[in-house]
Amino acid sequence: MEYLVIIISTIFINNIVLAKFLGICPFLGVSKNTSTAVGMGGAVVFVMTISTIMTYLVQHYILIPLDIAYMQTVTYILVIAFLVQVVEIVLKKVSPDLYQALGVYLPLITTNCTILGVAILVIQNNYNLFESVIFAIGNSIGFTLAISMFSSLREQLDTADLPEAMQGIPAALITASILSMAFMGFAGLV
Amino acid sequence: MATISNKEVFLKGIIRENPVFVILLGLCPTLGVTSTAINGLGMGIATLFVLVMSNVVISSVKSLIPDKVRIPAFIVIIAAFVTVVQLLMAAYTPALNDQLGLFIPLIVVNCIVLGRAEAFASRNTVVSSILDGLGMGVGFTLALTLLGSIRELLGSLSIFGWKFAEADGMLVFVLAPGAFITLGFIIAIMSWLKNRNPV
Amino acid sequence: MATIKSSFVNLLVTLTVITLVAGLSLGYVFQWTKEPIAKAQMQKQLQAIEAVVKGYDNNPVVEKFKVATAAGDSLEFFPAKEKGELIGMAVKTKSSKGYSGDIWLMVGFSMDGTIQNAVVIEHKETPGLGSKMTDPKFLKQYMGRNPGSENLNVKKDGGSVDAITGATISSRAFSEAVQKAYDTFHSMSYGNDQQ
Repeated sequence: MEYLVIIISTIFINNIVLAKFLGICPFLGVSKNTSTAVGMGGAVVFVMTISTIMTYLVQHYILIPLDIAYMQTVTYILVIAFLVQVVEIVLKKVSPDLYQALGVYLPLITTNCTILGVAILVIQNNYNLFESVIFAIGNSIGFTLAISMFSSLREQLDTADLPEAMQGIPAALITASILSMAFMGFAGLV
Repeated sequence: MATISNKEVFLKGIIRENPVFVILLGLCPTLGVTSTAINGLGMGIATLFVLVMSNVVISSVKSLIPDKVRIPAFIVIIAAFVTVVQLLMAAYTPALNDQLGLFIPLIVVNCIVLGRAEAFASRNTVVSSILDGLGMGVGFTLALTLLGSIRELLGSLSIFGWKFAEADGMLVFVLAPGAFITLGFIIAIMSWLKNRNPV
Repeated sequence: MATIKSSFVNLLVTLTVITLVAGLSLGYVFQWTKEPIAKAQMQKQLQAIEAVVKGYDNNPVVEKFKVATAAGDSLEFFPAKEKGELIGMAVKTKSSKGYSGDIWLMVGFSMDGTIQNAVVIEHKETPGLGSKMTDPKFLKQYMGRNPGSENLNVKKDGGSVDAITGATISSRAFSEAVQKAYDTFHSMSYGNDQQ
Protein backbone atom coordinates (compact mmCIF):
# COMPACT_ATOMS: atom_id res chain seq x y z
CA MET A 1 0.00 0.00 0.00
CA GLU A 2 2.78 2.38 0.95
CA TYR A 3 4.51 1.61 -2.32
CA LEU A 4 1.35 2.35 -4.25
CA VAL A 5 1.21 5.75 -2.53
CA ILE A 6 4.79 6.49 -3.58
CA ILE A 7 4.04 5.51 -7.18
CA ILE A 8 0.84 7.53 -7.48
CA SER A 9 2.25 10.59 -5.77
CA THR A 10 5.43 10.64 -7.88
CA ILE A 11 3.61 10.14 -11.19
CA PHE A 12 0.62 12.41 -10.71
CA ILE A 13 0.63 14.58 -7.61
CA ASN A 14 4.24 15.63 -7.27
CA ASN A 15 5.10 15.17 -10.91
CA ILE A 16 8.82 15.68 -11.23
CA VAL A 17 8.55 18.03 -14.20
CA LEU A 18 5.26 19.83 -13.69
CA ALA A 19 5.35 20.26 -9.93
CA LYS A 20 9.01 19.92 -8.94
CA PHE A 21 10.60 21.60 -11.95
CA LEU A 22 13.29 19.02 -12.59
CA GLY A 23 14.25 18.03 -16.12
CA ILE A 24 12.90 21.18 -17.73
CA CYS A 25 15.70 21.29 -20.33
CA PRO A 26 14.82 17.95 -21.98
CA PHE A 27 11.14 18.70 -21.34
CA LEU A 28 11.36 21.75 -23.60
CA GLY A 29 14.23 20.58 -25.81
CA VAL A 30 13.26 17.03 -26.77
CA SER A 31 9.51 17.42 -26.99
CA LYS A 32 9.00 18.65 -30.53
CA ASN A 33 7.61 15.31 -31.64
CA THR A 34 6.11 12.41 -29.77
CA SER A 35 8.43 9.61 -30.84
CA THR A 36 11.62 11.35 -29.64
CA ALA A 37 9.84 12.32 -26.42
CA VAL A 38 8.91 8.71 -25.74
CA GLY A 39 12.48 7.62 -26.57
CA MET A 40 13.91 10.11 -24.11
CA GLY A 41 11.40 8.96 -21.51
CA GLY A 42 12.45 5.35 -21.98
CA ALA A 43 16.11 6.22 -21.56
CA VAL A 44 15.32 8.14 -18.37
CA VAL A 45 13.33 5.23 -16.87
CA PHE A 46 16.28 2.93 -17.55
CA VAL A 47 19.10 5.16 -16.28
CA MET A 48 17.24 6.64 -13.33
CA THR A 49 16.37 3.25 -11.86
CA ILE A 50 19.91 1.90 -12.14
CA SER A 51 21.61 5.10 -11.02
CA THR A 52 19.39 5.43 -7.96
CA ILE A 53 20.37 1.92 -6.87
CA MET A 54 24.06 2.70 -7.47
CA THR A 55 24.07 6.02 -5.64
CA TYR A 56 22.06 4.51 -2.79
CA LEU A 57 24.74 1.82 -2.36
CA VAL A 58 27.53 4.40 -2.66
CA GLN A 59 25.89 6.55 0.01
CA HIS A 60 25.31 3.75 2.51
CA TYR A 61 28.39 1.60 1.94
CA ILE A 62 31.05 4.20 1.09
CA LEU A 63 30.19 7.78 2.01
CA ILE A 64 28.53 7.20 5.38
CA PRO A 65 31.03 4.58 6.70
CA LEU A 66 33.94 6.81 5.68
CA ASP A 67 32.19 9.86 7.14
CA ILE A 68 32.57 11.87 3.95
CA ALA A 69 28.93 12.65 3.21
CA TYR A 70 30.02 16.06 1.96
CA MET A 71 31.44 14.33 -1.14
CA GLN A 72 27.87 13.40 -2.13
CA THR A 73 27.49 15.78 -5.06
CA VAL A 74 30.92 14.97 -6.54
CA THR A 75 30.60 11.19 -6.26
CA TYR A 76 26.98 11.06 -7.44
CA ILE A 77 27.64 13.00 -10.60
CA LEU A 78 30.71 10.86 -11.33
CA VAL A 79 28.73 7.67 -10.75
CA ILE A 80 25.98 8.91 -13.06
CA ALA A 81 28.38 10.01 -15.81
CA PHE A 82 30.24 6.70 -15.56
CA LEU A 83 27.01 4.70 -15.52
CA VAL A 84 25.67 6.41 -18.62
CA GLN A 85 28.86 5.44 -20.47
CA VAL A 86 28.62 1.83 -19.29
CA VAL A 87 24.94 1.58 -20.18
CA GLU A 88 25.74 2.87 -23.64
CA ILE A 89 28.51 0.30 -24.21
CA VAL A 90 26.58 -2.64 -22.75
CA LEU A 91 23.39 -1.76 -24.59
CA LYS A 92 25.27 -1.58 -27.88
CA LYS A 93 26.60 -5.15 -27.34
CA VAL A 94 23.62 -6.81 -25.71
CA SER A 95 20.60 -5.29 -27.33
CA PRO A 96 21.26 -3.39 -30.55
CA ASP A 97 17.52 -2.81 -30.96
CA LEU A 98 17.19 -1.06 -27.63
CA TYR A 99 20.39 0.83 -28.33
CA GLN A 100 18.93 2.01 -31.61
CA ALA A 101 15.89 3.30 -29.79
CA LEU A 102 17.57 4.96 -26.81
CA GLY A 103 21.18 5.47 -27.91
CA VAL A 104 21.01 9.08 -29.06
CA TYR A 105 19.39 10.19 -25.82
CA LEU A 106 21.88 8.58 -23.47
CA PRO A 107 24.65 11.21 -23.67
CA LEU A 108 22.09 13.92 -22.89
CA ILE A 109 21.11 12.20 -19.69
CA THR A 110 24.18 13.01 -17.59
CA THR A 111 23.08 16.63 -17.38
CA ASN A 112 19.40 15.77 -16.98
CA CYS A 113 18.81 17.04 -13.47
CA THR A 114 16.04 14.53 -12.75
CA ILE A 115 18.65 11.78 -12.37
CA LEU A 116 20.83 13.57 -9.80
CA GLY A 117 17.75 15.11 -8.21
CA VAL A 118 16.05 11.77 -7.55
CA ALA A 119 19.33 10.25 -6.31
CA ILE A 120 19.61 13.01 -3.71
CA LEU A 121 15.89 13.01 -2.84
CA VAL A 122 15.84 9.33 -1.85
CA ILE A 123 18.62 10.07 0.64
CA GLN A 124 16.82 13.16 1.98
CA ASN A 125 13.57 11.23 2.33
CA ASN A 126 15.32 8.42 4.23
CA TYR A 127 14.01 5.71 1.95
CA ASN A 128 15.29 2.16 2.13
CA LEU A 129 16.63 0.49 -1.01
CA PHE A 130 13.32 -0.93 -2.14
CA GLU A 131 11.41 2.31 -1.56
CA SER A 132 14.15 4.14 -3.45
CA VAL A 133 13.72 1.89 -6.46
CA ILE A 134 9.95 2.42 -6.40
CA PHE A 135 10.48 6.16 -6.06
CA ALA A 136 12.88 6.19 -9.04
CA ILE A 137 10.52 4.14 -11.21
CA GLY A 138 7.56 6.36 -10.28
CA ASN A 139 9.43 9.55 -11.01
CA SER A 140 10.79 8.33 -14.32
CA ILE A 141 7.32 7.23 -15.41
CA GLY A 142 6.07 10.65 -14.32
CA PHE A 143 8.74 12.26 -16.48
CA THR A 144 7.83 10.08 -19.46
CA LEU A 145 4.13 10.81 -19.03
CA ALA A 146 4.68 14.56 -18.81
CA ILE A 147 7.06 14.79 -21.76
CA SER A 148 4.99 12.57 -24.06
CA MET A 149 1.74 14.40 -23.28
CA PHE A 150 3.51 17.69 -23.77
CA SER A 151 5.00 16.65 -27.09
CA SER A 152 1.64 15.67 -28.53
CA LEU A 153 0.28 19.06 -27.48
CA ARG A 154 3.24 20.80 -29.11
CA GLU A 155 2.69 18.95 -32.35
CA GLN A 156 -0.76 20.57 -32.44
CA LEU A 157 0.70 23.97 -31.56
CA ASP A 158 2.89 23.95 -34.66
CA THR A 159 -0.15 24.38 -36.85
CA ALA A 160 -1.76 27.05 -34.67
CA ASP A 161 -1.84 30.64 -35.87
CA LEU A 162 -0.06 32.58 -33.13
CA PRO A 163 1.38 36.10 -32.92
CA GLU A 164 5.01 36.00 -33.95
CA ALA A 165 6.39 36.76 -30.49
CA MET A 166 4.41 33.92 -28.91
CA GLN A 167 5.59 31.24 -31.32
CA GLY A 168 7.91 28.51 -30.11
CA ILE A 169 9.07 28.59 -26.51
CA PRO A 170 6.57 31.14 -25.08
CA ALA A 171 3.61 29.16 -26.39
CA ALA A 172 5.22 25.94 -25.17
CA LEU A 173 5.71 27.38 -21.67
CA ILE A 174 2.12 28.54 -21.46
CA THR A 175 0.98 25.10 -22.60
CA ALA A 176 3.15 23.61 -19.87
CA SER A 177 1.50 25.94 -17.40
CA ILE A 178 -1.96 24.68 -18.31
CA LEU A 179 -0.75 21.07 -18.17
CA SER A 180 0.70 21.75 -14.74
CA MET A 181 -2.61 23.27 -13.63
CA ALA A 182 -4.39 20.14 -14.84
CA PHE A 183 -2.01 17.97 -12.82
CA MET A 184 -2.76 20.01 -9.71
CA GLY A 185 -6.22 18.50 -9.91
CA PHE A 186 -4.67 15.25 -8.69
CA ALA A 187 -3.92 16.85 -5.33
CA GLY A 188 -5.64 15.05 -2.51
CA LEU A 189 -5.73 11.77 -4.40
CA VAL A 190 -3.80 9.98 -1.67
CA MET B 1 38.07 35.80 -29.90
CA ALA B 2 40.55 38.65 -29.95
CA THR B 3 38.06 40.80 -31.78
CA ILE B 4 35.75 40.98 -28.77
CA SER B 5 36.65 43.51 -26.11
CA ASN B 6 36.57 42.59 -22.44
CA LYS B 7 33.64 44.88 -21.88
CA GLU B 8 31.65 43.04 -24.51
CA VAL B 9 32.56 39.65 -23.03
CA PHE B 10 31.07 40.82 -19.75
CA LEU B 11 28.03 42.61 -21.16
CA LYS B 12 26.82 39.97 -23.61
CA GLY B 13 25.61 37.64 -20.86
CA ILE B 14 23.38 40.27 -19.33
CA ILE B 15 20.97 41.00 -22.16
CA ARG B 16 21.95 39.93 -25.65
CA GLU B 17 22.93 36.39 -24.64
CA ASN B 18 21.00 36.26 -21.39
CA PRO B 19 21.25 32.60 -20.36
CA VAL B 20 17.62 32.33 -19.26
CA PHE B 21 15.61 34.56 -21.57
CA VAL B 22 17.62 34.19 -24.77
CA ILE B 23 19.66 30.97 -24.67
CA LEU B 24 17.10 29.17 -22.48
CA LEU B 25 19.58 27.37 -20.25
CA GLY B 26 19.26 26.60 -16.56
CA LEU B 27 15.49 26.62 -16.59
CA CYS B 28 15.03 24.15 -13.74
CA PRO B 29 16.21 26.48 -10.96
CA THR B 30 14.71 29.40 -12.88
CA LEU B 31 11.26 27.91 -12.46
CA GLY B 32 11.82 25.98 -9.26
CA VAL B 33 13.08 28.58 -6.80
CA THR B 34 11.53 31.81 -8.01
CA SER B 35 8.41 31.85 -5.87
CA THR B 36 9.96 34.87 -4.12
CA ALA B 37 12.45 37.54 -5.16
CA ILE B 38 14.87 36.70 -2.34
CA ASN B 39 15.05 33.06 -3.36
CA GLY B 40 15.71 34.06 -6.96
CA LEU B 41 18.48 36.43 -5.90
CA GLY B 42 20.06 33.87 -3.58
CA MET B 43 20.03 31.16 -6.22
CA GLY B 44 21.45 33.60 -8.76
CA ILE B 45 24.36 34.54 -6.53
CA ALA B 46 25.13 30.91 -5.66
CA THR B 47 25.23 30.07 -9.38
CA LEU B 48 27.31 33.18 -10.13
CA PHE B 49 29.91 32.02 -7.61
CA VAL B 50 30.12 28.53 -9.11
CA LEU B 51 30.27 29.94 -12.65
CA VAL B 52 33.12 32.33 -11.94
CA MET B 53 35.16 29.93 -9.82
CA SER B 54 34.83 26.99 -12.20
CA ASN B 55 35.59 29.23 -15.18
CA VAL B 56 38.79 30.40 -13.42
CA VAL B 57 39.99 26.90 -12.60
CA ILE B 58 39.04 25.37 -15.93
CA SER B 59 40.64 28.11 -18.00
CA SER B 60 43.86 27.85 -15.98
CA VAL B 61 44.21 24.05 -16.14
CA LYS B 62 42.73 23.58 -19.62
CA SER B 63 46.06 22.63 -21.24
CA LEU B 64 46.71 19.92 -18.62
CA ILE B 65 43.53 18.00 -19.30
CA PRO B 66 43.48 15.43 -22.11
CA ASP B 67 40.64 15.96 -24.52
CA LYS B 68 38.85 12.68 -23.87
CA VAL B 69 38.26 13.24 -20.16
CA ARG B 70 37.52 16.92 -20.60
CA ILE B 71 33.83 16.68 -19.70
CA PRO B 72 34.19 14.41 -16.62
CA ALA B 73 37.08 16.57 -15.40
CA PHE B 74 34.99 19.74 -15.79
CA ILE B 75 32.10 18.10 -13.99
CA VAL B 76 34.28 17.17 -11.01
CA ILE B 77 35.65 20.71 -10.77
CA ILE B 78 32.15 22.18 -10.95
CA ALA B 79 30.78 19.67 -8.43
CA ALA B 80 33.56 20.60 -6.00
CA PHE B 81 32.62 24.28 -6.13
CA VAL B 82 28.96 23.44 -5.77
CA THR B 83 29.77 21.52 -2.59
CA VAL B 84 31.70 24.53 -1.30
CA VAL B 85 28.60 26.68 -1.87
CA GLN B 86 26.45 24.05 -0.14
CA LEU B 87 28.68 23.99 2.93
CA LEU B 88 29.01 27.77 3.11
CA MET B 89 25.26 28.29 2.79
CA ALA B 90 24.48 25.66 5.43
CA ALA B 91 26.89 27.48 7.74
CA TYR B 92 26.09 31.14 7.13
CA THR B 93 22.65 31.39 5.49
CA PRO B 94 20.80 28.37 6.91
CA ALA B 95 17.32 29.78 6.24
CA LEU B 96 18.01 30.42 2.54
CA ASN B 97 19.68 27.03 2.34
CA ASP B 98 16.48 25.37 3.57
CA GLN B 99 14.41 27.33 1.06
CA LEU B 100 16.52 26.48 -1.98
CA GLY B 101 17.06 22.90 -0.82
CA LEU B 102 17.62 20.44 -3.62
CA PHE B 103 18.35 23.12 -6.19
CA ILE B 104 21.73 23.96 -4.65
CA PRO B 105 23.38 20.57 -5.39
CA LEU B 106 21.62 20.64 -8.75
CA ILE B 107 23.74 23.63 -9.83
CA VAL B 108 26.12 20.86 -10.95
CA VAL B 109 23.81 19.88 -13.77
CA ASN B 110 22.77 23.43 -14.58
CA CYS B 111 23.54 23.53 -18.28
CA ILE B 112 24.81 27.12 -18.02
CA VAL B 113 27.79 26.19 -15.88
CA LEU B 114 28.98 23.23 -17.96
CA GLY B 115 28.01 25.09 -21.12
CA ARG B 116 30.23 28.08 -20.32
CA ALA B 117 33.06 25.78 -19.21
CA GLU B 118 32.95 23.92 -22.49
CA ALA B 119 32.11 26.78 -24.84
CA PHE B 120 34.18 29.56 -23.29
CA ALA B 121 36.53 28.77 -20.40
CA SER B 122 38.17 25.82 -22.14
CA ARG B 123 39.34 28.03 -25.00
CA ASN B 124 39.95 31.45 -23.47
CA THR B 125 42.30 33.18 -21.03
CA VAL B 126 41.65 33.33 -17.31
CA VAL B 127 40.76 37.02 -17.35
CA SER B 128 38.17 36.82 -20.11
CA SER B 129 36.77 33.62 -18.54
CA ILE B 130 36.23 35.49 -15.28
CA LEU B 131 34.43 38.26 -17.16
CA ASP B 132 32.36 35.74 -19.07
CA GLY B 133 31.41 33.97 -15.84
CA LEU B 134 30.54 37.27 -14.17
CA GLY B 135 28.45 38.45 -17.13
CA MET B 136 26.54 35.19 -17.45
CA GLY B 137 26.13 34.96 -13.67
CA VAL B 138 24.80 38.51 -13.40
CA GLY B 139 22.46 37.88 -16.33
CA PHE B 140 21.21 34.71 -14.65
CA THR B 141 20.81 36.48 -11.29
CA LEU B 142 18.87 39.35 -12.88
CA ALA B 143 16.60 36.95 -14.71
CA LEU B 144 15.83 34.96 -11.56
CA THR B 145 15.30 38.05 -9.45
CA LEU B 146 12.98 39.55 -12.07
CA LEU B 147 10.95 36.36 -12.30
CA GLY B 148 10.89 36.00 -8.51
CA SER B 149 9.78 39.63 -8.07
CA ILE B 150 6.93 39.30 -10.56
CA ARG B 151 5.70 36.06 -9.02
CA GLU B 152 5.99 37.40 -5.48
CA LEU B 153 4.31 40.67 -6.45
CA LEU B 154 1.32 39.02 -8.10
CA GLY B 155 1.17 35.93 -5.94
CA SER B 156 1.74 37.24 -2.42
CA LEU B 157 1.35 41.02 -2.88
CA SER B 158 4.80 41.56 -1.44
CA ILE B 159 8.28 42.35 -2.67
CA PHE B 160 11.52 41.04 -1.14
CA GLY B 161 9.41 39.87 1.78
CA TRP B 162 7.87 43.30 2.36
CA LYS B 163 4.08 42.95 2.25
CA PHE B 164 2.36 46.06 0.96
CA ALA B 165 -1.25 44.90 1.06
CA GLU B 166 -3.14 42.71 3.51
CA ALA B 167 -5.18 40.83 0.91
CA ASP B 168 -4.17 37.51 -0.59
CA GLY B 169 -2.54 37.63 -4.00
CA MET B 170 -3.23 35.52 -7.03
CA LEU B 171 -2.12 32.22 -5.61
CA VAL B 172 -1.53 30.66 -9.00
CA PHE B 173 1.61 32.75 -9.49
CA VAL B 174 3.25 31.21 -6.44
CA LEU B 175 2.37 27.70 -7.58
CA ALA B 176 3.94 25.71 -10.39
CA PRO B 177 1.67 26.88 -13.26
CA GLY B 178 2.48 30.50 -12.44
CA ALA B 179 6.18 29.85 -12.93
CA PHE B 180 5.65 28.51 -16.44
CA ILE B 181 3.24 31.22 -17.48
CA THR B 182 5.34 34.12 -16.15
CA LEU B 183 8.48 32.87 -17.89
CA GLY B 184 6.49 32.28 -21.09
CA PHE B 185 5.25 35.87 -21.12
CA ILE B 186 8.66 37.37 -20.30
CA ILE B 187 10.26 35.49 -23.20
CA ALA B 188 7.42 36.53 -25.50
CA ILE B 189 7.90 40.18 -24.51
CA MET B 190 11.66 39.92 -25.04
CA SER B 191 11.20 38.51 -28.52
CA TRP B 192 8.51 41.09 -29.33
CA LEU B 193 10.90 43.90 -28.36
CA LYS B 194 13.65 42.31 -30.40
CA ASN B 195 11.44 42.06 -33.48
CA ARG B 196 10.43 45.70 -33.13
CA ASN B 197 13.95 47.10 -32.87
CA PRO B 198 16.29 44.66 -34.60
CA VAL B 199 19.84 45.11 -33.26
CA MET C 1 43.68 23.36 -27.12
CA ALA C 2 44.65 20.40 -24.96
CA THR C 3 48.36 19.70 -25.24
CA ILE C 4 48.41 16.45 -23.25
CA LYS C 5 47.94 13.26 -25.26
CA SER C 6 44.87 11.17 -24.65
CA SER C 7 46.68 7.97 -23.66
CA PHE C 8 44.86 5.72 -21.23
CA VAL C 9 47.37 6.35 -18.42
CA ASN C 10 47.11 10.09 -18.91
CA LEU C 11 43.34 9.96 -18.76
CA LEU C 12 43.35 7.94 -15.58
CA VAL C 13 46.02 10.07 -13.91
CA THR C 14 44.28 13.33 -14.79
CA LEU C 15 40.92 12.25 -13.45
CA THR C 16 42.43 10.76 -10.30
CA VAL C 17 44.46 13.88 -9.59
CA ILE C 18 41.51 16.19 -10.15
CA THR C 19 39.24 14.10 -7.94
CA LEU C 20 41.88 13.88 -5.23
CA VAL C 21 42.53 17.62 -5.24
CA ALA C 22 38.79 18.28 -5.20
CA GLY C 23 38.28 15.78 -2.37
CA LEU C 24 41.10 17.19 -0.25
CA SER C 25 40.05 20.80 -0.68
CA LEU C 26 36.47 19.87 0.14
CA GLY C 27 37.67 18.06 3.24
CA TYR C 28 39.36 21.28 4.27
CA VAL C 29 36.28 23.42 3.62
CA PHE C 30 34.18 20.84 5.46
CA GLN C 31 36.38 21.06 8.57
CA TRP C 32 36.29 24.81 8.36
CA THR C 33 32.48 25.05 8.08
CA LYS C 34 31.73 22.19 10.48
CA GLU C 35 31.48 24.37 13.54
CA PRO C 36 29.44 27.19 11.99
CA ILE C 37 27.03 24.60 10.56
CA ALA C 38 26.60 22.92 13.95
CA LYS C 39 26.15 26.36 15.51
CA ALA C 40 23.55 27.37 12.91
CA GLN C 41 21.59 24.19 13.60
CA MET C 42 21.79 24.70 17.37
CA GLN C 43 20.68 28.30 16.88
CA LYS C 44 17.71 27.14 14.83
CA GLN C 45 16.64 24.74 17.58
CA LEU C 46 17.11 27.34 20.28
CA GLN C 47 15.04 29.85 18.32
CA ALA C 48 12.27 27.30 17.86
CA ILE C 49 12.34 26.45 21.58
CA GLU C 50 12.31 30.11 22.55
CA ALA C 51 9.22 30.61 20.41
CA VAL C 52 7.25 27.79 22.04
CA VAL C 53 8.07 27.78 25.75
CA LYS C 54 8.48 30.76 28.04
CA GLY C 55 10.30 31.71 31.20
CA TYR C 56 13.11 29.14 31.39
CA ASP C 57 16.64 29.92 32.50
CA ASN C 58 18.48 26.73 31.48
CA ASN C 59 19.78 25.65 28.06
CA PRO C 60 17.17 23.12 26.90
CA VAL C 61 19.33 21.96 24.00
CA VAL C 62 22.08 20.78 26.33
CA GLU C 63 19.57 18.89 28.49
CA LYS C 64 17.64 17.29 25.64
CA PHE C 65 16.68 13.62 25.82
CA LYS C 66 14.89 11.14 23.59
CA VAL C 67 11.58 9.44 24.31
CA ALA C 68 10.21 6.44 22.44
CA THR C 69 6.80 6.93 20.81
CA ALA C 70 3.96 4.46 20.46
CA ALA C 71 4.86 4.15 16.77
CA GLY C 72 8.31 2.82 17.61
CA ASP C 73 10.45 5.84 16.67
CA SER C 74 11.55 8.49 19.12
CA LEU C 75 11.12 12.23 19.62
CA GLU C 76 13.52 14.76 21.11
CA PHE C 77 12.40 16.47 24.32
CA PHE C 78 13.87 19.79 25.42
CA PRO C 79 13.09 20.44 29.10
CA ALA C 80 12.51 24.08 30.07
CA LYS C 81 13.49 24.73 33.67
CA GLU C 82 13.36 27.72 35.94
CA LYS C 83 15.74 27.56 38.91
CA GLY C 84 16.06 23.82 38.35
CA GLU C 85 12.33 23.18 38.37
CA LEU C 86 10.66 21.76 35.27
CA ILE C 87 8.17 24.35 33.99
CA GLY C 88 7.56 23.21 30.44
CA MET C 89 8.68 20.97 27.63
CA ALA C 90 9.51 21.65 24.02
CA VAL C 91 9.00 18.57 21.87
CA LYS C 92 10.45 18.21 18.40
CA THR C 93 7.95 16.16 16.48
CA LYS C 94 7.28 15.18 12.90
CA SER C 95 4.63 13.92 10.55
CA SER C 96 5.29 11.94 7.40
CA LYS C 97 1.77 12.54 6.15
CA GLY C 98 2.54 15.90 4.59
CA TYR C 99 2.03 16.67 0.94
CA SER C 100 5.71 16.26 0.14
CA GLY C 101 8.28 15.01 2.60
CA ASP C 102 8.39 15.14 6.38
CA ILE C 103 7.10 18.08 8.38
CA TRP C 104 9.07 18.91 11.51
CA LEU C 105 7.51 20.94 14.32
CA MET C 106 8.53 22.20 17.71
CA VAL C 107 5.62 22.08 20.14
CA GLY C 108 5.85 23.67 23.58
CA PHE C 109 3.76 22.25 26.44
CA SER C 110 3.10 23.58 29.89
CA MET C 111 3.33 20.84 32.48
CA ASP C 112 -0.44 20.35 32.45
CA GLY C 113 -0.30 19.52 28.74
CA THR C 114 -1.56 22.88 27.47
CA ILE C 115 0.12 23.94 24.24
CA GLN C 116 1.97 27.20 24.75
CA ASN C 117 2.87 27.53 21.09
CA ALA C 118 3.93 25.50 18.08
CA VAL C 119 6.23 26.40 15.20
CA VAL C 120 7.31 24.71 12.00
CA ILE C 121 11.01 23.88 11.88
CA GLU C 122 11.17 22.35 8.46
CA HIS C 123 8.76 21.48 5.68
CA LYS C 124 8.69 20.93 1.94
CA GLU C 125 5.02 21.74 1.39
CA THR C 126 3.84 23.69 -1.64
CA PRO C 127 4.76 27.38 -1.37
CA GLY C 128 1.60 29.44 -1.04
CA LEU C 129 -0.58 26.53 0.04
CA GLY C 130 0.81 24.10 2.59
CA SER C 131 3.54 26.58 3.48
CA LYS C 132 0.81 28.72 5.08
CA MET C 133 1.04 26.49 8.15
CA THR C 134 3.84 28.83 9.22
CA ASP C 135 1.29 31.70 9.36
CA PRO C 136 0.38 32.93 12.86
CA LYS C 137 -3.26 32.80 11.77
CA PHE C 138 -3.08 29.02 11.48
CA LEU C 139 -0.73 28.44 14.43
CA LYS C 140 -2.88 30.50 16.79
CA GLN C 141 -5.56 27.81 16.66
CA TYR C 142 -3.33 25.50 18.68
CA MET C 143 -2.19 28.00 21.29
CA GLY C 144 -3.57 27.56 24.78
CA ARG C 145 -5.40 24.35 23.87
CA ASN C 146 -4.93 20.99 25.51
CA PRO C 147 -4.85 17.95 23.20
CA GLY C 148 -5.66 15.75 26.19
CA SER C 149 -9.15 17.23 26.53
CA GLU C 150 -9.82 18.78 23.14
CA ASN C 151 -9.90 17.35 19.64
CA LEU C 152 -7.30 19.30 17.70
CA ASN C 153 -7.87 17.56 14.39
CA VAL C 154 -9.03 19.55 11.38
CA LYS C 155 -12.78 20.10 11.14
CA LYS C 156 -13.10 17.61 8.29
CA ASP C 157 -11.93 14.91 10.70
CA GLY C 158 -14.30 16.01 13.46
CA GLY C 159 -11.86 18.30 15.23
CA SER C 160 -11.90 22.01 15.89
CA VAL C 161 -9.07 23.33 13.71
CA ASP C 162 -9.77 25.26 10.52
CA ALA C 163 -7.62 23.68 7.83
CA ILE C 164 -5.60 25.93 5.53
CA THR C 165 -7.60 26.63 2.37
CA GLY C 166 -6.45 24.24 -0.34
CA ALA C 167 -4.07 22.43 1.97
CA THR C 168 -6.09 20.00 4.06
CA ILE C 169 -3.34 17.40 3.79
CA SER C 170 -0.71 19.70 5.26
CA SER C 171 -3.07 20.82 8.03
CA ARG C 172 -3.92 17.23 8.84
CA ALA C 173 -0.25 16.35 9.03
CA PHE C 174 0.35 19.31 11.35
CA SER C 175 -2.40 18.13 13.70
CA GLU C 176 -1.06 14.61 13.59
CA ALA C 177 2.42 15.78 14.59
CA VAL C 178 1.01 17.83 17.47
CA GLN C 179 -1.04 14.88 18.70
CA LYS C 180 2.00 12.62 18.48
CA ALA C 181 4.02 15.06 20.56
CA TYR C 182 1.25 15.23 23.17
CA ASP C 183 0.76 11.45 23.33
CA THR C 184 4.46 10.91 23.88
CA PHE C 185 4.54 13.72 26.43
CA HIS C 186 1.53 12.15 28.13
CA SER C 187 3.14 8.67 28.10
CA MET C 188 5.77 10.06 30.47
CA SER C 189 2.91 10.73 32.90
CA TYR C 190 2.90 14.44 32.28
CA GLY C 191 -0.23 16.24 31.21
CA ASN C 192 -3.89 16.06 32.16
CA ASP C 193 -4.17 12.91 34.27
CA GLN C 194 -1.46 13.93 36.64
CA GLN C 195 -3.47 16.75 38.12
